[in-house]
Parts: sequence; structure tokens; C-alpha cells
Amino acid sequence: MPPSELAPTPAQLVDMHRRMARIRHFEEEAGKLVEGGKIPGALHLYVGEEAVAAGVMVHLDVDDQITSTHRGHGHVIAKGGDFKLMYAELFGKATGYCRGKGGSMHISDLDLGILGANGIVAGSVPIAVGAAFANRYRDTDRVTVCFFGDGASNEGAFHEAANMAALYQLPVVFVCENNLYGEFTSQPRHQRVTDIADRAVGYGMPGVIADGMDASAVFGAAGECIARARAGGGPSLLECKTYRFYDHVGVTGMRIPYRDEAEVDEWKGRDPIAALELRLVEEDVLTADAVAAVHQSVVAEIADAIAFAEASPDPDISSLTEDVYSNPIEPGGVR
Amino acid sequence: MTATDLPVTAGRKLPFVQAVPEAIAQCMRDDADVFLAGEDVAVYGSVFGTTRGLLDEFGPSRVLDTPISEIAIIGLATGAAAVGLRPVVDLMFMDFIGCAMDQLMNQLAKMKYMFGGKARLPVTVMTAAGAGTNLAAQHSQSLEAMVCHIPGLKVVMPSNAYDAKGLLTASIRDDDPVIFIVNKFLLGATSDVPVEPYEVPLGLAAVVRPGTDVTVVAHGRMVGEALAAAEALASDGISLEVVDPRTLQPFDLPTVLASVAKTHRALVVQESVRYAGIGAEYAAQIAEEGFDELDAPVARLGAPFSPVPFSPVLEQAYVPDAARIAAEARVLMGT
Ligand SMILES: Cc1ncc(C[n+]2csc(CCOP(=O)(O)OP(=O)(O)O)c2C)c(N)n1
Ligand SMILES: [Mg+2]
Repeated sequence: MPPSELAPTPAQLVDMHRRMARIRHFEEEAGKLVEGGKIPGALHLYVGEEAVAAGVMVHLDVDDQITSTHRGHGHVIAKGGDFKLMYAELFGKATGYCRGKGGSMHISDLDLGILGANGIVAGSVPIAVGAAFANRYRDTDRVTVCFFGDGASNEGAFHEAANMAALYQLPVVFVCENNLYGEFTSQPRHQRVTDIADRAVGYGMPGVIADGMDASAVFGAAGECIARARAGGGPSLLECKTYRFYDHVGVTGMRIPYRDEAEVDEWKGRDPIAALELRLVEEDVLTADAVAAVHQSVVAEIADAIAFAEASPDPDISSLTEDVYSNPIEPGGVR
Repeated sequence: MTATDLPVTAGRKLPFVQAVPEAIAQCMRDDADVFLAGEDVAVYGSVFGTTRGLLDEFGPSRVLDTPISEIAIIGLATGAAAVGLRPVVDLMFMDFIGCAMDQLMNQLAKMKYMFGGKARLPVTVMTAAGAGTNLAAQHSQSLEAMVCHIPGLKVVMPSNAYDAKGLLTASIRDDDPVIFIVNKFLLGATSDVPVEPYEVPLGLAAVVRPGTDVTVVAHGRMVGEALAAAEALASDGISLEVVDPRTLQPFDLPTVLASVAKTHRALVVQESVRYAGIGAEYAAQIAEEGFDELDAPVARLGAPFSPVPFSPVLEQAYVPDAARIAAEARVLMGT
């Protein structure tokens, strides 16, 4: 597919910038909290990949759905997730999105069409197909966007789901965030193809590549795929070339080297937020002060959200066995 | 036979996490048909560190990083074994067994029987179970009962570094598929581990602490908890005998019955969900075969019927511990 001609309006640029800044600050603070031992468990940070979530999500409304991954905070934030509920969940508090039961890898908000982060690589891909099926079954024009990684593209679940979506021409967009690594294994060490979008041919759907460090590029490509799906034109596979700035888990991870510092620095030099800000200022969309004000307001909001999370109560032990079923059955109760 | 009949240790201390690669390395030196494959097991040495150093010694043709493709990992082992190799494959978190279930359950486990005994499938599948690490519902399960339920698979779950090396060596040398389950929580635990290769025979329980009042059957991480409970109760004059089956399938009932013949009370402890857990099988076998020896019904302790929660306070309430084992033992003693 040729590069998209679809370009964001100034207002859309500002919107994407705000979403990206929200993700960045959320993740930076979350990274500090987990490295400082204040948040339990494992966080997979999205820093560096913000343009993908933002460039896709500006095209979605609240009724559209997304499925996410273990690296899900950015998707949730860009879709409108609430900082307070997110941080509270990371802390495992009763006030969190999942009442403290899910943590980072399972943050979800069904009211916002967020069908969950996911701890199983590619586990959410078939689910996205199901949601897309329901959207069409009910004659809506809703679209489902499925985020997954380069590593996930090697799972059987991905192939089965992609084929089924194409067969039924479902309104789903498969957004592959190709950050060049699955855990600690580089892409050339886990698959022969360089462009995962090439695989689309095998499923009979369009395959598109976008520069995942450029919000406008993602905007254009995602916009076309989403519009096609919404109009009944079936699924697409959109590959965004991107990079995670931090380790697979946490900020510094286990400090076992598996990628070149020079490579990391080169990608950090292409920081999607800095690049967008340069453009916003150059094109007189925002002043430098206005850009700074965005950051300030996000930082303040985050400080509030963390304070809320820290002050929140732990879940009550009685909640441990709640919510296993919607309709728990009392054995022998009704005859 | 009990643990005291096994080879004397050479007095060297080694953590569990290093006992595992030592066993693999010794088997690989010994037998050119042994190879290792799994996600990030080569360059990174596994996310748990349980394969560290093996790539350096054996090179990339015998130590392979795979794509994130659990179906293909188990299939690789099954097919390679069917034509003569002796594969060791790693499934990382035991939760991911779900992705590989057809190859494991319908292919690997059944091939020999379905083919009228003609296939020999010396496959070792390593995987890590266990809660308590704040990794939530999809990275914390102990699914030993699921694999024990499938005829054709042998299942082992060591509770210490000595057994880990000996059981893994025995598993690799065994001509049948063995699921070798590591508890993540135990990886740092150190014990005396002889330098030379040795086997802890499959199907042989160990009496890890002799006692007279209650037989506690516990495996994996629960062995340490049972020992702590035994220590705590000793001052109150209650003497627990702790028996570690080590191999869960097949289960060494004779060793357990010999213990029950002494104590006349049995408590079966498991970290995993109690309902339909492996403890139910053990309790039933003890009741069937040891009925005349029992002064009280066999008691069971396990996790509640819910997924593993994220919140540390909930997770702590979820996993059985020494205090709860002691409390159950007191109930059995009527004190
Ligand atoms: C089924 C399954 N296999 C393995 C893992 C362990 N794991 C977690 S993240 C990850 C790498 C995923 O790579 P990719 O899809 O490229 O996403 P990225 O982390 O790069 O965003 C792996 C192997 C898992 N969670 N689920
Ligand atoms: Mg990746």
C-alpha cells in the first residue's frame, strides 16, 4: 500500500500531542515507582512508542474497542483511561480499575471500549476478532483495533485470528507495534520477514507500514485502515516501526545486555514527542509556552493521581473470591 | 527408600537457579542427542536464569532461542523425539502451557500409546509455576493437576536445589515425556548440590522431616512452608512428618502410607487451587489404601477457588503458608 495522504489537522496534532505527553509522564512516574519498589510486580513501559497509540486512538470514539498487550498503559491512556484508576491498579488498591485484582498487565475499562491489557502474548488477537464480529452482527459501524507486538506475530493465535477476520471481512485493524524485539530477542532472530505487513497478503487483507515514531504518519495510515473497516471494507494489518526506550520489563530491567547502546541512543534521538513538538512550534500550531503548559498540567494531574492511589485502601480480603462468576451458584440451593 | 539413601553431597552449596542449568549441561555433555530450545533460553539464559551459560558451552545448534510460538516449541520437541533426539524445551511461565495444549495433551502425551507402543518420546518440558510474585492471574498459576491428569506425561516438581538437579537429570534421561515444574519462589533457595551428575529417581518421595503425629504431604514451595509449620508446632509438642512426593505423577503412595501408618493422620497441602487439585487425588489414595490406619479424615489445604489476584494483600491471603498448615494440623490433632 502506498503511504497515506491523510493528514492531521492542527487540532488533531494538538490532540495527539496531549495524548502522547500523558502517556510519557504516566510511564516515567510509573517507572520510578516500580524501580523504587513502591509498585509491586512487573511493568512493561511504553516509553518511545507513544506515537502509535496516539495516532491510532484519535480516530476512535468511546464506542470503538481496543485490545491491548502486556505493554498496555499507553493504549489505555490514549483511549481515555483515568490516571487515578490506573495508578490505583498498579498499586493493587481497591479503587483501581480491576479492584486491585489485575495490576499492570490486566488494566481494562469496558466502558471505554478497552477490552484489557493482556499477559498472554497474542492472547488478545482472537478476542479483537470476536468484538469486531459483534460490532458487525449488531449492524453498528464500530471498529475494533487490536494492538500486538512483533514477537506476538509468531503466535498461532495471531494467524488463526487474522485469517478468520479476513474471511468474514470483519471491522478490525491489526496494529503491529514492531519495536524490533520480543523480550530480549531481536526481530531478525525471531522471524525471517523484515516487514510484518508483508504477511497481510497471506491472509487476503491490505498490509500497511507506518513510521511509528511519527504521529502524523501513524495518523494517516491508521485513519485509512479504520475508515475502511468502518465502511465495511474488512480488516487491515498496519505495522508501525517503533522502539521501546526502556528494558522489556521496568526501566533498567535485569541489566543483561541484549541490544546495542548505540542503537538505543539512535532511536531515542527520534523521540516521537520531541519531533512532534518541533513541528507544532515550527508550524505555529502551538507556542513553546503552550507546549510546556501541556506538560505542566499533565504532571500535576499525575501527582494527584498518585496521591489518590497511595491514599486508597487495599482490597478487602473478602473480595478475594468475588467476581469469579457473574452468577455464582449455591450448590443444591434451587430445585 | 528415603532421601537419606540418596548420594551423599559433596558439600557444595548451589542455588536452585544454578542447579537447573548444571543438570542440563551434564546431560548435554553426556548425550549429543540432547538439545535445548525455548523463548530467550540461549542469549539471555531464560528470564528466570535457569539456562544461563548453556549457549556459551554448547553453541547455537544445541541451545536455541525460539520465536514466541509455544505450539511449535512443544511440536519441535515431539517431532524431534519421535525420530530419535532427546529434547529439553522450556515453556517459561506455566500459564503459557495453555497456548501449547494440543501438542502437549493430544500429541506428545498420546503418541506412544496411539501408535501401539512404537514411539519413544524422551522429552523434558521445563516450566515455572507459583504465585507470590505479584504477577497476577496469567503469570502465577500452578497447573500441576492439569498435566497429572493426562496419561502419558510424568510430572515432577522439586522443592530444593538438590532435588532439582537430580530430578532434572532423571527426567532428561527418562524415555517418556516429563513435565519439570519449577516454583519461581524457590529459585534463590540454596542447598548442598554434588558437583557430579546424579539422579533423584522419578517416582520416589522423600521424608524431609520425620515426625510422629501428622503426615504432611507437600510439594514445591509448600515443602518449606510445611517445615516451618513443623518447627513452629514442635514447641507445642505436635510432631509433623513432612513428606515431599517430588514426582507428582506417578505418586509414591507406599512412602506416604508408611508415614501414615506411623502418624495415623494426614494433611495434604498444595499451593494451587484446592478444588480438583492434585491433593484431592492424594487424599483419595491415602483414604482408599490407608483407611484402617487413619484416626481422622484426610485433610486438604490449598488455594481458594479464584484466579491468582494481583494485589499483594490478596495474594498473600491466597497462597497457603506455614501458619495455615499449622492451624490445619492442630485441627487434625483436635487441639
Ligand atoms: C504466550 C506467551 N508467551 C510468552 C510470554 C512471555 N513474554 C511476555 S512479553 C514477551 C515479548 C513480546 O514481544 P512483542 O510481542 O514484540 O511485544 P513487546 O514486548 O516488544 O511490546 C514475551 C515472550 C507471554 N507473556 N505469553
Ligand atoms: Mg516487540
